[in-house]
Amino acid sequence: MMTALQQLGRATLSRLGGVGRAGIFLLKTVLRKPQPIKHLPLLIQELYSVGVLSLIIIIVSGLFIGMVVSLQGYNILAKFAAAEELGQLVALSVVRELGPVVSALLFAGRAGSALTAEIGLMKTTEQLEAMSMMGVDPLRRVILPRLWAGFISMPLLSLVFCLCAIFGGYCVGVLWLGVDAGSFWSNMQGAVDFRVDVLSGVIKSIVFGFVVTWIAVFQGFDAAPTAAGISRATTRTVVFGSLAVLGLDFVLTTLMMGGW
Amino acid sequence: MFSLDSLLHNKCMLKEPMTNLITIRDLHFAYGPKPIFTGVDMDMPQGSVIGIMGPSGTGKSTLLRLIGAQVLPSQGEVIFDSEQMASLSRTALYNARQKMGMLFQNSALFTHLSVFDNVAFPLREHTPLTEGMIRDLVLMKLELVGLRGATALMPSELSGGMMRRVALARAIALDPTLVMYDEPFTGLDPIAKGVIVKLIRQINDALGLTSIVVSHDVEDLLKISDLVYVVADGKVIGHGDPHAVQQDSNPQLKQFIQGLPDGTVPFHYPARAYKEDLLS
Repeated sequence: MMTALQQLGRATLSRLGGVGRAGIFLLKTVLRKPQPIKHLPLLIQELYSVGVLSLIIIIVSGLFIGMVVSLQGYNILAKFAAAEELGQLVALSVVRELGPVVSALLFAGRAGSALTAEIGLMKTTEQLEAMSMMGVDPLRRVILPRLWAGFISMPLLSLVFCLCAIFGGYCVGVLWLGVDAGSFWSNMQGAVDFRVDVLSGVIKSIVFGFVVTWIAVFQGFDAAPTAAGISRATTRTVVFGSLAVLGLDFVLTTLMMGGW
Repeated sequence: MFSLDSLLHNKCMLKEPMTNLITIRDLHFAYGPKPIFTGVDMDMPQGSVIGIMGPSGTGKSTLLRLIGAQVLPSQGEVIFDSEQMASLSRTALYNARQKMGMLFQNSALFTHLSVFDNVAFPLREHTPLTEGMIRDLVLMKLELVGLRGATALMPSELSGGMMRRVALARAIALDPTLVMYDEPFTGLDPIAKGVIVKLIRQINDALGLTSIVVSHDVEDLLKISDLVYVVADGKVIGHGDPHAVQQDSNPQLKQFIQGLPDGTVPFHYPARAYKEDLLS
């Protein structure tokens, strides 16, 4: 019994220590004075690797999710003779919830894991240490551009996801199942409010982008410098990133709906 | 034409008695509960090649990290170029490190950059030089290590010996006053090792550097060092010029220099009695 309690205490302290280290790491990184002229090319390079290279998975997933939502929604709405409301259903589901959440989960799996593995490998092969010994600050040179690239990319990817999902929903609902195109678009236009729906989705995606990128770069930087260490760190990025997105989604949704 | 021989010729006047570039006093350091150094004193004169030897796990590489202030001593001081490294601010520390070059055991080349870009990296980061000037400097450094023809290659296309040479060119890119070598001979074939041994000595003399070479390769290290420190059990167990170290009567030092399998450093890891273990 005592041993189990000790183990639980040790594990809790270790987790709390990790959270503390992650907080200090973030603070140290964002407080670094940026050098815009020198680091702009690095930021663009990272935007490409974190954002542009994630586009394919975001576009394809968005299309399929929109198509599935449309198909499921049509079957239910048709029972109540409300199939014309399909545009509204697809748009609200996607813009409020599915867009920010699913794109953040995909982002954690694709870009987050890549960031962790890359930084972890740089640590394992002493590249970060070499940089530091050359008088180049790794937090400013390696971490900061990646952090900003994640912050910037995530909301844009989420918007792309939403557009693709709505297009997928249109293809299934209008082109395949025969819902009237005018009703589809006009119901969508009438129901979706920019401030309440679109903006809240964008705010969610900004928060998710921030948290997932923070977790990814910290896990890479904090990884044990071994092959197993990188593997564990990459797994942690995906698991912690996904759980953080889902948990924060509940909190943000409650706040936005005036639940608190 | 820029050649190593001409540099060596011009360097003759620089080999005068020198002051200490690095002074270490009463150095204590521990990894958690395990003590690594317990009161180490060292003087490293400017312009010399200093060999740091000792059995595996005695903290030779840690000593380089302490000099570069990547880890900080729990007691004592490390003074580099009249600056106490542990007390420097982050900016001052990064400025001090620009006067140091370090060759890591696995070279630590940036895997996403070509040989040229690896060597150009510190120049681009720390100098306002134009790309044309950087190109000339990179080619000069690569010429010194014999790899001017390899500028376009990626690190994955290089052999172990070539990687060390590129890392050496990068380490001297900013013309530092100190170059630290962490196990530079490990894992190299005899030819590549011979090249690195020669380069360390020649580049030190040609560019007027101070070099610290950490290795347990006794023969090669004694060949190129002006001053040798042998570290074991958290202390310096012997130091002096290579000849003096070889003649030292300290049994622990003798065992290490002569490579004897048993002696004051036991062959067996501490364990209970052999018979007792077998019969249990």
